[in-house]
Amino acid sequence: MKNEINEAHEAEEEHNSNYNSESKSRKVVVPGEIIVQGEDYLPGEGARREGDNVVASRFGLAEEQGRVIKVISIFGAFVPRRNNVVIGRVTDITFHGWLIDIDSAASGFLPIEESPRFINKNEMDQYLAIGDTIAAKIWSVKPKGIDLAMKGKGLGKLEDGFIFRIIPSRVPRVIGREGSMITLIKEKTNCQITVGQNGWIWIKGESTDSEIQARKAIEFVAEQVFVSGLTEKMEEWFDNFK
Amino acid sequence: MTKRSDGRKNNELRPMTAKVGVIPNADGSAMFSFGKTIAIAAVYGPRLLHPQHMQNPSKGILRCNYDLLSFSVSDRKRPGPSRRSQEISKVTEWALSPVIDLNQFPNTVIDVQIYILQADAGTRTAGINAASLALAHAGIPMRDLVCSLAAGKLDKELIIDLTKEEEDFKEGEGATDFALAKVANSDEFTLLQMDGKIQPALVSELTVLAAEVCKQIYEVQKKALKEAVTSHSTKEDKKKK
Repeated sequence: MKNEINEAHEAEEEHNSNYNSESKSRKVVVPGEIIVQGEDYLPGEGARREGDNVVASRFGLAEEQGRVIKVISIFGAFVPRRNNVVIGRVTDITFHGWLIDIDSAASGFLPIEESPRFINKNEMDQYLAIGDTIAAKIWSVKPKGIDLAMKGKGLGKLEDGFIFRIIPSRVPRVIGREGSMITLIKEKTNCQITVGQNGWIWIKGESTDSEIQARKAIEFVAEQVFVSGLTEKMEEWFDNFK
Repeated sequence: MTKRSDGRKNNELRPMTAKVGVIPNADGSAMFSFGKTIAIAAVYGPRLLHPQHMQNPSKGILRCNYDLLSFSVSDRKRPGPSRRSQEISKVTEWALSPVIDLNQFPNTVIDVQIYILQADAGTRTAGINAASLALAHAGIPMRDLVCSLAAGKLDKELIIDLTKEEEDFKEGEGATDFALAKVANSDEFTLLQMDGKIQPALVSELTVLAAEVCKQIYEVQKKALKEAVTSHSTKEDKKKK
């Protein structure tokens, strides 16, 4: 699952594991609040140094990672990063590809080369029509737009099943450390699930009941901001559900 | 005049309430009230800015919209933008933009909608407090929170947080309404507006008094944000009801 070439992806993995590490102390901070005092610490993402103090630059959970203090946001809109898997909807077809709404400030562009087979440029809607839903990976984020790629396991057009949305900043929780949480939910409900970093989640199961159960499970996980050892808690949740 | 009509001390605020996450479909939202004045704010974005000519390729912009709802005042307010609401939208924007950092979001806008549910003076200050909470709730990079309140003068007394009744005070030197906003953990003021008359020497005295009272507002804001995390999100609340 890991890819050495790609730092962004690694950073994401790291991010995921941080979310679930139990030993680290986390506290809620508001912008401008002093997180720690002293010269021993370094400000990371969402924090800054002001004189002797490390101060929060946004609202979220402050976390110590060695000497680095960072603030993880827990609400708010999706900010696209390279290598994020996202779920989007086709909004327009141009001569060179498809425009995809990925629920962020800029819309995504999926070039025609990303389709798995040859496509006649006049019949692009045979493959992806307006309104179709796809899972894709962010190939690059440039000031003028986001390029998407659709080659890879689990990516492509989404057929059947249904999609719903959670708060994008809760996605790492739903995935869990090295995918532990989402694997558990998949196993317990027997559903195919694709989680987009933009907060959209696609579920397809054998029966509607199992799909609903999977959705409820994911929504439950997304609510638990503060709980540690969530995977164990989820096992319990599934036992109670039956 | 020794006592205010509602029995408050000169440096006493009306009871404040603040709640974060009141609008489930917004990226960030908050409610803030001073006594009978209630404001709600919703933040959407960062999202693509239209019209395109307003886009700034080096940083995102903040766009505020303030309005009184038609039932918020005793004489029905005609809905839609007015001269007054446009002015207040603009000063709200100026009061908030020094603390937010939009360098990461070029070509985008952050929309802040502020609506006054109930008006009893100090609506712009309640609106700024709510908007500051809502921006923080939306995870926007911010240097600090903004606290805002109306200071003022009744005859010769310096007071804090005027009600509508006090704003209309006519005896003696009359009433002065002095709306201000302050960055919570520094001495910067981001909004200073005045309506009425005041001796120049008293202005600095008034800002010192207001800065002191801002600390109470900051505590209320801080508490509301922290509660938003511990009491789960709005969805959970809805289920309980």
